[in-house]
Amino acid sequence: MGKYLKFFLVGIFFGIVLVKSEAVSWYRIYEMFKFQSFHMYGIIGTAVVTGVILVFISKGNQLKTTEGTYLRVPKKDKGFKRYILGGSIFGLGWALCGACPGPMYILVGTGVFSMLIVIVAALIGTYTYGLLKDKLPH
Amino acid sequence: MKYILEPWPWYISGPFIAIVMFLLLYFGRTFGMSSNLRTMCAIGGAGKRVKFFDFDWKSEKWNLMVVAGAVIGGMIAHFFLSNPIDIQLSENTINDLDTLGFKNVGESLLPPELFSWDSVFSLKGIAILLIGGFLVGFGTRYAGGCTSGHAITGLSSLQLPSLVAVIGFFIGGLIMIHFIYPILF
Repeated sequence: MGKYLKFFLVGIFFGIVLVKSEAVSWYRIYEMFKFQSFHMYGIIGTAVVTGVILVFISKGNQLKTTEGTYLRVPKKDKGFKRYILGGSIFGLGWALCGACPGPMYILVGTGVFSMLIVIVAALIGTYTYGLLKDKLPH
Repeated sequence: MKYILEPWPWYISGPFIAIVMFLLLYFGRTFGMSSNLRTMCAIGGAGKRVKFFDFDWKSEKWNLMVVAGAVIGGMIAHFFLSNPIDIQLSENTINDLDTLGFKNVGESLLPPELFSWDSVFSLKGIAILLIGGFLVGFGTRYAGGCTSGHAITGLSSLQLPSLVAVIGFFIGGLIMIHFIYPILF
């Protein structure tokens, strides 16, 4: 348990931030895709800008992780089709149920137990991808 | 305390999310919430039938701990760190949703029209949750990541594939909200 405690604590912080920012709200996602508020763009924008700076500084200073390796971000595989097609499919679902994977778990914590149905469906979706993986264009 | 109980502004929330990403990188891991769906499939025994799930899921336990924490964090924030106030949505959003038949917009985190048990047990209600969840689960693995993995982590490290994925997220989202919602509601 000891070595997992820090991940549990990061998770708690993540859950609190996403609820307090209202990013877990279906209404906020709808509003974002309607371009009717800056709120979600502000969150994602400042997260990315802060992230770029943190990653840049860490690399520049050759920061070591707690595992003793240099801090690095795993490189995504090259490609185009899987990202545009998979991304669009994800976007359809994200807008339909107003929750991406992080918020799905977090919303269960806020007492929305019907979200468990969405999580089960997401597991079935992931399993189906695993089944069809080799037949899909990547 | 007053500032904690009120909704947090975007310029506080965004950098905090970046800190979550950074801490996971600092612990030698990476920020990706949808990977847990694959891990859960593997725990359920999917690896026996499908090669994609045949991996050492125990090495992903740390990420399941992030999920467990996120659930608890959601609970803490909702029940102990929030004043019960409406979400300050834009007037246009409230009016548009009203036209689609959504009432009491912004008075809870999620619309009861989709997530209350009464709605869930209607054919349309259950179909929306199942199809929405399925598309998220399928799409995120196909694209190799979700909002956390691509929009936050991928863009923070200036990776082109993540930018393409995020453009995809918006293509799908805009089609759903602007073309499919008017048919559904």
